[in-house]
Amino acid sequence: MREISAGAVADTVARLCVQANTCLPRDVKDGIAAARAAEDWPPAREILDRIVENGEIGGGFPICQDTGMACVFLEVGQELHIAGDLAQAVDEGVRRGYAQGYLRKSVVSDPLERVNSGDNTPAMLYTDLVPGDRLAITVAPKGFGSENMSRIAMLKPSDGVEGVKDFIVDTVEQAGPNPCPPIVVGVGLGGTFDKCALLAKKALLRELGTPSPLPFYAELERELLDRINALGIGPQGFGGRTTALAVHIETLPTHIAGLPCAVNINCHVARHATEVL
Amino acid sequence: MVKLITAPLDRETARGLRAGESVLLSGTVYTARDAAHKRLCALAAEGKPMPFPVEGSVIYYVGPTPARPGQPIGSAGPTTSCRMDAYAPTLLHLGELGMIGKGARSQEVIAAMRETGAVYFGAIGGAGALLARCVKSAELVCYEDLGAEAVRRLEVENLPLTVVIDCLGNNLYETGRAAYLARR
Repeated sequence: MREISAGAVADTVARLCVQANTCLPRDVKDGIAAARAAEDWPPAREILDRIVENGEIGGGFPICQDTGMACVFLEVGQELHIAGDLAQAVDEGVRRGYAQGYLRKSVVSDPLERVNSGDNTPAMLYTDLVPGDRLAITVAPKGFGSENMSRIAMLKPSDGVEGVKDFIVDTVEQAGPNPCPPIVVGVGLGGTFDKCALLAKKALLRELGTPSPLPFYAELERELLDRINALGIGPQGFGGRTTALAVHIETLPTHIAGLPCAVNINCHVARHATEVL
Repeated sequence: MVKLITAPLDRETARGLRAGESVLLSGTVYTARDAAHKRLCALAAEGKPMPFPVEGSVIYYVGPTPARPGQPIGSAGPTTSCRMDAYAPTLLHLGELGMIGKGARSQEVIAAMRETGAVYFGAIGGAGALLARCVKSAELVCYEDLGAEAVRRLEVENLPLTVVIDCLGNNLYETGRAAYLARR
């Protein structure tokens, strides 16, 4: 059985925390550039130009000051042995990455006492078992300006696709300028209450603008993006075409009595970085 | 046409700004997020002195990333302003004339702005690296225990801002969207 050390996991997580927070992924840069090209409202173009410029600064400088909670997704090969404590290694990686990268520590240890944990731990850790002997690590720092505008609804089956569409568009409209538009809209549809929310978060990890492999949902994503960009909210909420860069929908089977729909909003600093060990 | 303005603001300048105008702000601003606002309002409730001169002040809702050695500040973009809505009217009535953030404000804040002649500026959310270039120095004022949320005095040069809500209650989040939709 292949073996890797928990220390290697910590090193990788640390590196990915810094990389994700300081280098905007190519797909996001391309998405912003395409939106800039399609934007027909001059004040909105000006904002998008500044956002493009911000993404080019580099030099190890965090793209946004909200370097987020560290959402860490592991795909663990079933034939891989990890020597050491995996969850501790992930937190150790977050601790080191956020210190070494001069990233902001934005986590409070208790939601009501609200004392900063001082090192941005714990990570929000998700593990999936997959075939093989590899470990894929994705770090997606999540800012809370957009997280706070996310919503979930336990819709009724009779609400149907129209109810789903209305809930998604209404969530974006209610969010207005708060989540730093242009945004990326991650949608989870189906499953249980908890799985639905996780699907919405995972939808944000998909390469920006890559349509759903399911033709029905690819079409729904296109239609929703058009409806959202007809709202006129625009970059920063100052008006314009570019309210969203993409809508990504992920689905799961669900119960005969339910139609859960979760909308996880991300800002234009849609950060994620992956390495495979 | 971009207006050049200086902080602290004088009443005439604040009253002359209109929603939708672009400004470049230079001078002294103070940083504070919700945790600091809560403490400032507790001081105000007890009638105690404020840790910085509030009269004419501009408060920037920002929690920067730590500064690297040799740099004044890390990434420094705005945070969502609505979290300060519960506290902002108290500071406005103490003489604060400018708030910098992003996102919608409550009717209570807008009413207090109309009463006191204050202005709400938007900085570009998510452009923290770009905005940091306008910060020439940063100095701790108080609440060091709050880490990124401590109150700091920033000297800024040509910080690019948009007037979102002015002292008459004009609101770019409403008018900007309406203007775009009317044109289509």
